Amino acid sequence: MEALIACLIGLMFAAALYLMLSGNLVKFVFGFTLMGNAVNLLIFTAGRLSHIHPPLIPPDQTSLPRAVSNALPQALILTAIVIGFAMVTFLLVLLLRTYAHTGTLDVDEVSFLNEVAEDSPESIAVDQTIERGPS
Amino acid sequence: MKILPALPILLPMATALVLSLLRDSQQRSHGVALGGAVIHLVVTILLLTTVLKHEVAVLWLGNWPAPFGICLAADYLSAAMVVITAVINTAVIAYARHDIDPGQVRTGFYAFIQMLTAAVCGAFLTGDLFNLYVWFEVMLMASFGLLVMGRSPGRLTGGVKYVTINLISTIFFITAIGLIYGLTGTLNMADLHVKAAGVENTALLNAAAMLLMIAFGIKAALFPLFFWLPAAYHTLPVSVSAFFAGMLSKVGVYSLIRMFTLVFTSDTGAAHSTLLVVAALTMLFGVIGAASQMEMRRILSFHIISQVGYMVLGLALFTPLALAGAIVYLVHHIIVKANLFLVSGLVRQAGGSFNLKNIGGLYKTNGLLALCFIIPAFALAGFPPLSGFWAKLLIIQASLESQQYTLAILSAAVGLLTVFSMIKIWSEAFWKPAPIEEQKSSANCPLSPWMLAPVLSLALVTVLLGLCMEPVIRFSVSAAGQLMDPQIYIEAVLGGRP
Repeated sequence: MEALIACLIGLMFAAALYLMLSGNLVKFVFGFTLMGNAVNLLIFTAGRLSHIHPPLIPPDQTSLPRAVSNALPQALILTAIVIGFAMVTFLLVLLLRTYAHTGTLDVDEVSFLNEVAEDSPESIAVDQTIERGPS
Repeated sequence: MKILPALPILLPMATALVLSLLRDSQQRSHGVALGGAVIHLVVTILLLTTVLKHEVAVLWLGNWPAPFGICLAADYLSAAMVVITAVINTAVIAYARHDIDPGQVRTGFYAFIQMLTAAVCGAFLTGDLFNLYVWFEVMLMASFGLLVMGRSPGRLTGGVKYVTINLISTIFFITAIGLIYGLTGTLNMADLHVKAAGVENTALLNAAAMLLMIAFGIKAALFPLFFWLPAAYHTLPVSVSAFFAGMLSKVGVYSLIRMFTLVFTSDTGAAHSTLLVVAALTMLFGVIGAASQMEMRRILSFHIISQVGYMVLGLALFTPLALAGAIVYLVHHIIVKANLFLVSGLVRQAGGSFNLKNIGGLYKTNGLLALCFIIPAFALAGFPPLSGFWAKLLIIQASLESQQYTLAILSAAVGLLTVFSMIKIWSEAFWKPAPIEEQKSSANCPLSPWMLAPVLSLALVTVLLGLCMEPVIRFSVSAAGQLMDPQIYIEAVLGGRP
């Protein structure tokens, strides 16, 4: 079971890496989400995979009678999912606004490579057109 | 006071909550933020004195027994870093009065910067690896908020680079956490020190260590992962860039120091020799990158990278003296670098631009500003008797002692190139006659005292640090002693539950 999940995680990482390196920021978002899920699976596997036996200590004993899944990684994953969700949401909004300004999400496009200093005339000019809105 | 280690985190959080309600009034939110920052500063100094008395201050949250709960642990290094954070926070808040416009206040500038302070303090104080990850995420979220305030397209494209690379860093971080938990069954850093030594599958443990090194290396802007930093920092408002420049990359350096002195100590050879090479290249490429720039804040951004190289070099040499040097360097650099960014805002106010080609003659019109620049600039370059000289001296001495002569020469050479960059800013912005068209438009514009006061105070701290270096070095040596021999830290965290 562990080996199977490990292969799955590997595949997910490979696919996510491919998407993230594709040079398009929308694909990057998908890659990021996929990789986040792969990592969550990895943490899940780290807590041992077993089924049927619940992690409960019988009333007359002081320790677990047999090896069971560790519950802590699941709590960690829960935190990671919430954080990842917030990150993806922010990233999407940021990309949306970037797209509105640059007209592209392809990282090789010139508008991405050119770093406009904040107080340069061209930056202020663009800023003013944004304030006025599209005419 | 048992709760003391939690206060540096809780206070700015509470201030942030209040500030998010006061966003409409610029004056009132500035007042509340400044008040909160000063109280925070007092509390952190209190924490430092407590730590000086008891060596390590530990707080177990939620009343769970030893390695299971989340603990906050302040040793010498953490306490010192928290105090510096509070100093920078106070300076930046004071400066922001006339730097941040009402629109940015309404977006939540003060609330975000307080949240950021809380997260940075949390990262310095936590004794739990997963908790460190959570603080990193809080830090990221707050910095994202600050990053996209306002709508300059330069800021957005710089922001995309910052956000994407940092998201990748968090993925590396959490992957490493998963692997480490799978191997050891614990995430408490002190407990990890004990358990990591007994792990049989050392290859996987080293893989996790490398993942962490990459994750923190991205945060710290190490070679070859530094490209996002000069792409983003110069697009921010001055107060924000000063806080980022002072604190954020240093959190990465701190985490590297913590991980590679406390957790991954059994197989230090490989990790530390990797760090050695990376540190050397970081120093070199940062300073060369700076030489080609003409925008003041981009020059300074590249210098962050090269200076981070020195700190990591201190960690990589891994001798008590080198670590002490790295700690002195951290303290000195945070103050100096934040100050230089604040000065760049004043230069723009007085001269009208960040671009060195468009300004000049500031020495004639603004003598005080010239003084404000020359102190941190000389400290950064390492002129005696300022703080940077002692920091560089310790690092170079440590590399000579470990017979790394090439690195010692390289450190000295990078210091020389830093002087070149600082002289470039000095001669272009201050000595060269002002370009004709700029002269009438912005000459003799009076500088706001809200902006001058923090710059002058930070410059004063730099001078004082340089003149009274002996107690600072003594403190750093004992902090490095704690790092080299983590028994006291481990006993405080695991052994004695008060």
